[in-house]
Amino acid sequence: MEPNWQLARKRPTLEKRARIVQAIRAFFIDQGFLEVETPQRIPANAPELYIDAVPSGDWFLQTSPELAMKRLLAAGYGNIFQISHCWRQGERGSRHLPEYCMLEWYRPQVDYRHLMDDCEALLLLLAQTPKISYQGQDIDLSRPWPRLRVEEAFKRYASCPLDVALAENRFDELISLEIEPRLAVERPTFLYEYPASQASLARLNPANPAVAERFELYLGGMELANAFSELINAQEQAERFQNEETQRRKAGKSPYPEATPFLTELITMPPAAGIALGVDRLIMLLSDTAQIDDVVTFTPELL
Amino acid sequence: MYTCSDLKKGLKLLIDGDPHVIVQFDFSKPGKGQALYRCKLRNMITGSLFDRTYRSGESFEPASLEERDMQYLYQDETGYVFMDQKTYEQVALSEETLGDDKYFLVDNMEVKILMYGDTGIGITLPNFVNLRVTQSDPWVKGDTAAGNNKPATVETGYTLQVPSFVEEGTLIQIDTRTGEYATRVKE
Repeated sequence: MEPNWQLARKRPTLEKRARIVQAIRAFFIDQGFLEVETPQRIPANAPELYIDAVPSGDWFLQTSPELAMKRLLAAGYGNIFQISHCWRQGERGSRHLPEYCMLEWYRPQVDYRHLMDDCEALLLLLAQTPKISYQGQDIDLSRPWPRLRVEEAFKRYASCPLDVALAENRFDELISLEIEPRLAVERPTFLYEYPASQASLARLNPANPAVAERFELYLGGMELANAFSELINAQEQAERFQNEETQRRKAGKSPYPEATPFLTELITMPPAAGIALGVDRLIMLLSDTAQIDDVVTFTPELL
Repeated sequence: MYTCSDLKKGLKLLIDGDPHVIVQFDFSKPGKGQALYRCKLRNMITGSLFDRTYRSGESFEPASLEERDMQYLYQDETGYVFMDQKTYEQVALSEETLGDDKYFLVDNMEVKILMYGDTGIGITLPNFVNLRVTQSDPWVKGDTAAGNNKPATVETGYTLQVPSFVEEGTLIQIDTRTGEYATRVKE
């Protein structure tokens, strides 16, 4: 029998992956961040209408380390980051794996705009050049990156305005099918100020409570990161969880247990901003790879 | 009934009464948002291709069509000809219907032909086929890294990536579902 060549030929990409992950760690540790490891098997995730957790015994595999990391912030930890695996049921495509690698980082006492600066600095460090090429398209990473309000993106690129999209429950569809493909590929874009209804864990903008302080980073036509100014009002958070949970049940989905310790301790969490970035997609981008399958050792189909 | 999570390349669905096959499939989803199942479909009767996007919660009727065991005979002006070995009945499939599968047909290969009435509209190949390499650049001495690859063309004209140690004249096994190299065949 021959060695598994399909697996063996991933080695150059996996070597690159290892170097990128080391560089991510160095980026944060050099700035005084603490790297943390929180349990990946947990009693409760944040309830989200469109994210299904994988059950593990009576508990669940994490869909994100968000709640555990916020409990650390609430206990007085400063800047923290984590690189961990997350699981989301049924998500499999050319840019999706049901088990994938997520980088999350949190900074107390700043708002989400600070994380935009972090993204720019991190990508420039990892790429080691302001010009990269992805799938035949040159991308200019020089700072600052364009920032586009969600409402403006709908005006510019979608077939109907934002308020209509929301009323017809077509927000996600238009983002995916009309806006995402039309965002300029030659530059990264921060899409920001999401409608309040589209950000269960984000703080509403104090000057305009119709929008939440949330952004998504699009790079090379991919959604790479999602960030918030974190909601720290425990009462409001509990209500939003309740609302998501009600919607889940209406949609016929299994109920989730309440994340009680998180909701209790949120009261002592300082104002902070936090972000989740898909590491596998980042590797795709920096190794000019079209399929997520090619940047991980094994996909579920190969196990 | 199928749900969105059953959708994948090669699945056959009944849409507006006609059998359709998914020829390309991708799952996409904004991180916090609703999943979209993006399909390129081919109407198996008319051959027309179109894109359609589905959302979770939709359901689909399977196109339950008869599949018959047949043997590949030859290619002529009517297309690629197959024969039912029990009834000796013959059907022809067009090059368009076969797509890349045409590269994996060898004489007398036993396949399954998907029937719509008396018309053949699709094919299921054996999972693996052995084909001989007819063209490939020579192995560079010293290139011993296990994962290295190079292009090679096989007897049917199909080109794929193979490990660098595969030479011209080598019989290789190809996975017909992915079109990728599987292993060398001992002769």
